[in-house]
Amino acid sequence: MRLTETKPRRKGRAVDILLILMMVLPLVAAMVLKILFTPEGTGGVEIHGAMVYYAQEGADISQVISGALIITEAQINSWLVMISITGLCLFLTHGLEVHAHSTRQHIAEWIVEKTENLIRGNMGEFHLYFTPFIIAMMGLSVFSSFTSLLGLFAPTSDLSVVFGWAILVFFLILAAKACCGPRVFIKGLTADGPVVTALNVIGDLATPVSMAFRHYGNVMSGAVIGVLIGSALRGLSGALLGALGEVFPVLQIGIPGVLSIYFDVFSGGLQAFIFAMLTMLYVGGGFPLEDWLKRHDKKKQVAEQGA
Amino acid sequence: MEIALGIILGCCALGAGIAMIAGIGPGIGEGNAVAKACEAIGRQPEAKSEVTSTMIMGCAIAETTGLYALVIAILLIFVAPGSFAALLKDIAGAK
Repeated sequence: MRLTETKPRRKGRAVDILLILMMVLPLVAAMVLKILFTPEGTGGVEIHGAMVYYAQEGADISQVISGALIITEAQINSWLVMISITGLCLFLTHGLEVHAHSTRQHIAEWIVEKTENLIRGNMGEFHLYFTPFIIAMMGLSVFSSFTSLLGLFAPTSDLSVVFGWAILVFFLILAAKACCGPRVFIKGLTADGPVVTALNVIGDLATPVSMAFRHYGNVMSGAVIGVLIGSALRGLSGALLGALGEVFPVLQIGIPGVLSIYFDVFSGGLQAFIFAMLTMLYVGGGFPLEDWLKRHDKKKQVAEQGA
Repeated sequence: MEIALGIILGCCALGAGIAMIAGIGPGIGEGNAVAKACEAIGRQPEAKSEVTSTMIMGCAIAETTGLYALVIAILLIFVAPGSFAALLKDIAGAK
């Protein structure tokens, strides 16, 4: 009797299991797809881009620009990661209470609080509405990079995926800069003479490129180095144990795993953090807060006079 | 045809190697940053966590130029030879 009193929430179990399945199954599906589509007779030591899962009749990957429908591993994996993250979010926020009892609610609150503090420090109190976007960005980036731990192709090591995020951030920066109307936007660009104006425009256009290349380069270089080390260790163990006849890659056990702690886990997490941090700094720095407040006050006065 | 292909492959490899000279810059820059961070931690050990996180952030941004070079080198090794060879074949086919 007492037990049921101290633990009253027992009925959410089935939902929990379903949500955990929602987290795990997409990743399993990605692995199965990868196994199904990997052509036979290829070893693990190959550096290649994302595999093409579906291509329109006779279309080549270079024809993507001309409108041919091509679905690659990177797209599929990033959508599966999104489903998995949705499951995680639903799991963490399932059965929220005013006074947190469950571990998952503590974790969810910890994530939100940390991100809010980050935004307060970097963008100011005014921009707290950015919290969901920043958490989503960070979560997507971290989970996408971590899929390489499962042997999958990390969507972040495909330039197109990361460039898409960077373009999204670029438009957010433009929206933040242009929120007070085109006059303030152009004044901000052309305040310091024509030469600086040109530099400003180039700098604005270069922002998404540099953000995308930074993220993509870090994750992809980790993947390339991992493959190179794997093949080197395979060759080394072949040279050491080649005399015994059957070559068993002894040195490939464990050592690449230790290295992947840096190249996959640390680098992936750090790049996600930096991507989110730069988003915050650019958007917060581009937002003309004083002008916006002035405009807001004026609008309020006009509305009051009208009333 | 073989000579042209050989020149393409060799020049792509050379270009990749030359591009990676850019690795010197981030190396020096990050070394400076870490040295200053060590000095700062020595002066104010209580600010260690803040200094470390700022340093990692700065290092990651200073790394960008090196990564540009890396991206270009990898493109030169894995992408450029194929597309140049296809171009060469097109030209040869046209003749």
